[in-house]
Amino acid sequence: MSKGNSLMNRFYKSDFFYDFRKSPVTIVSFVVVLALILLAVFADLIAPTDPFDAKSLNLFNGFTPPMEPNAFTGETFTLGTDDQGRDLLSAIIFGLRVSLFVGLTAVILAMVLGVSLGLLAGYRGGWVDSVIMRAADIQVTFPSILIAMLIFGIARGLLPPDLRDELAITVLIIAIGLSEWVPFARTVRGTTMVEKEKEYVKAARLIGLSGRQIMLRHILPNVLSPVLVIATITLALAIIAEATLSFLGVGAPPTEPSLGTLIRIGQDFLFSGEWWILLFPAATLLALALSVNLLGDWLRDTLNPRLK
Amino acid sequence: MSEHEFIRIDRLSQRFDLSDPWIARLISRRPKQFLNAVDNVSFNIEKGKTYALVGESGSGKSTIALMAVGLLRPTGGSVLIDGHNLYDRTQSQLEHRRTRRRLQMVFQSPYASLNPRWRVGNILSEPLRVFSLTDSQSAERRRVHELLEQVGLSQSDAHRFPHEFSGGQRQRISIARALASRPEFIVCDEPTSALDVSVQAQVLNLLKRLQNDLGLTYLFITHDLAVVRVMAHRIGVLKSGRLIEEESTQSLIESPQSEYTKMLIRSAPRISRGTTGISFT
Repeated sequence: MSKGNSLMNRFYKSDFFYDFRKSPVTIVSFVVVLALILLAVFADLIAPTDPFDAKSLNLFNGFTPPMEPNAFTGETFTLGTDDQGRDLLSAIIFGLRVSLFVGLTAVILAMVLGVSLGLLAGYRGGWVDSVIMRAADIQVTFPSILIAMLIFGIARGLLPPDLRDELAITVLIIAIGLSEWVPFARTVRGTTMVEKEKEYVKAARLIGLSGRQIMLRHILPNVLSPVLVIATITLALAIIAEATLSFLGVGAPPTEPSLGTLIRIGQDFLFSGEWWILLFPAATLLALALSVNLLGDWLRDTLNPRLK
Repeated sequence: MSEHEFIRIDRLSQRFDLSDPWIARLISRRPKQFLNAVDNVSFNIEKGKTYALVGESGSGKSTIALMAVGLLRPTGGSVLIDGHNLYDRTQSQLEHRRTRRRLQMVFQSPYASLNPRWRVGNILSEPLRVFSLTDSQSAERRRVHELLEQVGLSQSDAHRFPHEFSGGQRQRISIARALASRPEFIVCDEPTSALDVSVQAQVLNLLKRLQNDLGLTYLFITHDLAVVRVMAHRIGVLKSGRLIEEESTQSLIESPQSEYTKMLIRSAPRISRGTTGISFT
């Protein structure tokens, strides 16, 4: 227990925490992100209704404006309902869960892939490096959303039709993950090339450790801090990529709507005056992506020794 | 003499390929370019003795050091450790592993030679684990403590990180790591050039004491003739990858043969014994 205490103490006294306290914008973004994550995690407990339960939906409740009783049923919804009478607040909370889940797992996939390839390219050098980095160069010449759509399309073509909806989320994660690995690989490759020339790596080679052991045990811990920054910024990108794909109708299936799916639905009714169906999911997405981005920017600045 | 010989460097050469990529060569029509970093160098070191390689930067000292411990495959010649060829592909993995345990190295930079994310205890126990030298956790801990005390640090230092130590202390940790696998031969690649003069003397004295206690054989790479005078039994002078002179320390310092050696000795700053408290005898 005393060890945990001293760790907490060290954290409170650290530059990291000091920087955090001194930046109101960062505190606000952190609180927003934390709140949205908690909403997503405890969606079942917090959301007033279950938007996926078709039985509970009443079509008469469709297009109820926010905070006004419905003309037929007299029910009131905080953020109104969509065309099918789904409570928007609940739909947003559950949509947030899908968006965050897809974003986080896609970033983890991109990170694992990018860090491994970057380590390999930087440590091995030679043709391994050339092949990996040329692949990265080629990939960045395409917009990542295009890559994600391509992967998504191919996967759907390969999957049997009855599995398509079931695996749509998985395919989405893989598509976004594969389209975002390049920044990780590039950064890690650069740092690895610096680290591998250091003498502690020579000392490890001297006792006969294999390349894999040296990469994972010695070099990896020393290249991780920029990875953390990229991961945060990529998270915002991945969330937006997911929303874009879902908006285009190739992402999350209608049975599991993400924020992007909700925005797409809302978009159909914007010009007929039902503004709330679009506005609230879009505002949530904005708050999430913006906060994550601001956190990432702050992290980048605070972990950069040259800006101190 | 040859029956005490521990390491034999035999006609060792290293040629680096500095050519442009082939496509650039094709356009500029330049031939391939090579640098002979080490050219046909031979010498041997007796067991328990120190052999110093001196020379200006770029003379190939460090390249020889890397080849002597098995980190860089020579383009020509061989390194024999106690009769075992370090670069013989026909020998088994196990034999190479056995030889590797007997070789260690102390590096130049006390900052880059220790992994900043590892605790000292882990840095020191890694060779023990790799070579399975201790059979239990407590034996491993005891050995780490013993190593720390051997180099003049305290047992509690095992829990600290490298950045919590001074340059001299870090060099001691480096030495402790080199000792962990109970090697017989240690290559010291300018182990004191990054340290203060007073700390240099401490580290050199430590290395000398360890040599006496453990019967270590050293290959000492340096450009500092004051260091050489204290440490070495024999000296080899390197110039542009060639060994131009080799003698026992006494005769080389007192009656150097080649112009280059004379120039090296003349250009070395002198520390007279009377003015400093450091005894170099």
